[in-house]
Amino acid sequence: MKPLHILTWLVGALVTIFAIGGLHWGLAQIGWISFFDWSFYFEVSAAGLLQGVMYSLVALGFVLIFKASGIFNFAQGSLVLFAALTMVGLMELFERDFGIRLHWVLAFILTVGVMVLVAIAIERLVLRPLVNQPPIILFMATIGIFYFVDGFGQALWGSDVKVLDIGMPIASAVSPLGVRMNVYDLIAAGVGAALVAGLGVFFQYTRIGRALRAVADDHQAALSVGIPLKTIWTIVWSVAGVVALVAGIMWGGKAGVQFSLALIALKALPVLILGGFTSIPGAIVGGLIIGYGEQVAENFIGLEIGGAIQDWFAYVLALVFLLFRPQGLFGERIIERV
Amino acid sequence: MGQERMGMGAAAALGAPALLSVNNIEVIYDHVILVLKGVSLEIPQGGIVALLGANGAGKTTTLKAISNLLRAERGDVTKGSITLAGERVQHLTPNDLVRKGVIQVMEGRHCFEHLTVEENLLTGAYTRSEGAAAIQQDLEMVYEYFPRLKVRRNSQAGYTSGGEQQMTAIGRALMSRPKVVLLDEPSMGLAPQLVEQIFEIVKTINEQQGVSILLAEQNTNVALRYAKYGYILESGRVVMDGPADALRQNEDVKEFYLGLSATGRKSYREVKHYKRRKRWLA
Ligand SMILES: Nc1ncnc2c1ncn2[C@@H]1O[C@H](COP(=O)(O)OP(=O)(O)OP(=O)(O)O)[C@@H](O)[C@H]1O
Ligand SMILES: [Mg+2]
Repeated sequence: MKPLHILTWLVGALVTIFAIGGLHWGLAQIGWISFFDWSFYFEVSAAGLLQGVMYSLVALGFVLIFKASGIFNFAQGSLVLFAALTMVGLMELFERDFGIRLHWVLAFILTVGVMVLVAIAIERLVLRPLVNQPPIILFMATIGIFYFVDGFGQALWGSDVKVLDIGMPIASAVSPLGVRMNVYDLIAAGVGAALVAGLGVFFQYTRIGRALRAVADDHQAALSVGIPLKTIWTIVWSVAGVVALVAGIMWGGKAGVQFSLALIALKALPVLILGGFTSIPGAIVGGLIIGYGEQVAENFIGLEIGGAIQDWFAYVLALVFLLFRPQGLFGERIIERV
Repeated sequence: MGQERMGMGAAAALGAPALLSVNNIEVIYDHVILVLKGVSLEIPQGGIVALLGANGAGKTTTLKAISNLLRAERGDVTKGSITLAGERVQHLTPNDLVRKGVIQVMEGRHCFEHLTVEENLLTGAYTRSEGAAAIQQDLEMVYEYFPRLKVRRNSQAGYTSGGEQQMTAIGRALMSRPKVVLLDEPSMGLAPQLVEQIFEIVKTINEQQGVSILLAEQNTNVALRYAKYGYILESGRVVMDGPADALRQNEDVKEFYLGLSATGRKSYREVKHYKRRKRWLA
């Protein structure tokens, strides 16, 4: 994406947010909704967008694996849980057995190592034997991985809700431009943005990144120029593991590390439908739209009809997209020449 | 029907040692479909060898057996051997083979559509570890052979023309610094003039870089003008081989593959009929 592109998108997003705000204001004027207040609207929007970054992070893990190997990795959610559990587990383990308070940065690095091992194991034990099988078989295999990783993680580290403390403020807020925002959410969004930017640079400018994109485009051709698919797959799953870890820390740090983390994968699905399964920018924009949309719907429309819109809003939006734009907002354009 | 030999194999005929030899290989897909039934051929050091044959004769299969892209298609070499400079190579991965200097340019070009032309070329250098300077130098070399690619370097490969994609595919293979290039139907779907232009460049590369080339083609006419030696495949067997000049003069080759005969051009239907009868009698 070129800077001009990004600028266009930013302006477009702001205009849209104002327009939707205006729409609600109008609805309030004619009495369809009972309450509208601009500053509250902006607060809700900001909270929704920040929440959306978290969705984007989870969706990103899916996109990486889908692009490189055409596999819809159902197990991504369990990787999020497993990564967060491992990190907390390691910190607890060191504290209990060796009396060392492991700094969270060290715990993070150790957990990255574990996620790489998991990636290697998945490639060796699952992907390699199933190479050349139809996508549905691989999808089923990832369901298997989901339950295995899920059970294995809990067997290893226990299934009680754990507190992940990386020294971030949970409840404090700041108010730039008069819009109240949660500091934790802001930091999480910043980390997410940095991670995405880092991945972008990695994909665009490194030899391995180029090879990853080559494999995503045409894996036979990649094989023919000597790019080893096994290595590339291991790298992709490792990267997806690290993305899962970051997502797990951000979610787990806020809500505690527990089984429900694995289910945020279900939130990623509508994000993917919105953004397109093959697009990294799509995962980001899709996450933002869903985070924002569900908060605004919950707080303004939801009030009128008794709430709980948040639970299904994303899916309805995804359904609408499936009907009108099945490839998603950014679904990779299929290049066809005659 | 045995193999009709007009030469002693490409290496002896061209007076150069065989760099790569394929000895009586048999290839089976999916454990049951027997496609190659004993194919032998040689690629002499620095030579251009043509592998000719109609649709489904087994040209691509032979090339993939050498580059070992076969395994990814559930194909397997079940008999015979393939040697590179005397060393057996059929158990190596494509990655190892590219490192050893054997690379295939696949039929239908297979560029990375969403990568730019230059990025496509750079992926060809994936297996190399000499550092950026050497690779940059080779990039310039490829641009010298294919000036058109330099113009298009920043375009997405998917949006370039068929000829440019073929050039990209060949250039990409060159970036691996190969000893042997297995070139699968480079003429496919290209205008005759462009075919000629690309073959000229391939010949120049062969002469200047000493790269040996195995050229699989249906376009017998062009292939035999650029190759020094040819093998003709029919239903998974080599049915004839010899120096290119001799093949061009051969009556059967003229008739079946060049579309000419003593009595002039034959219609495709007649040829097919004759072929069927010949197979019946054999
Ligand atoms: N993956 C595969 N599985 C099963 N059979 C295959 C496979 N690939 C090729 N074949 C069969 O092997 C035979 C030889 O095919 P091959 O592609 O090698 O021919 P070719 O000479 O390259 O033909 P063309 O000129 O059309 O490219 C054909 O009968 C084909 O149907
Ligand atoms: Mg072929």
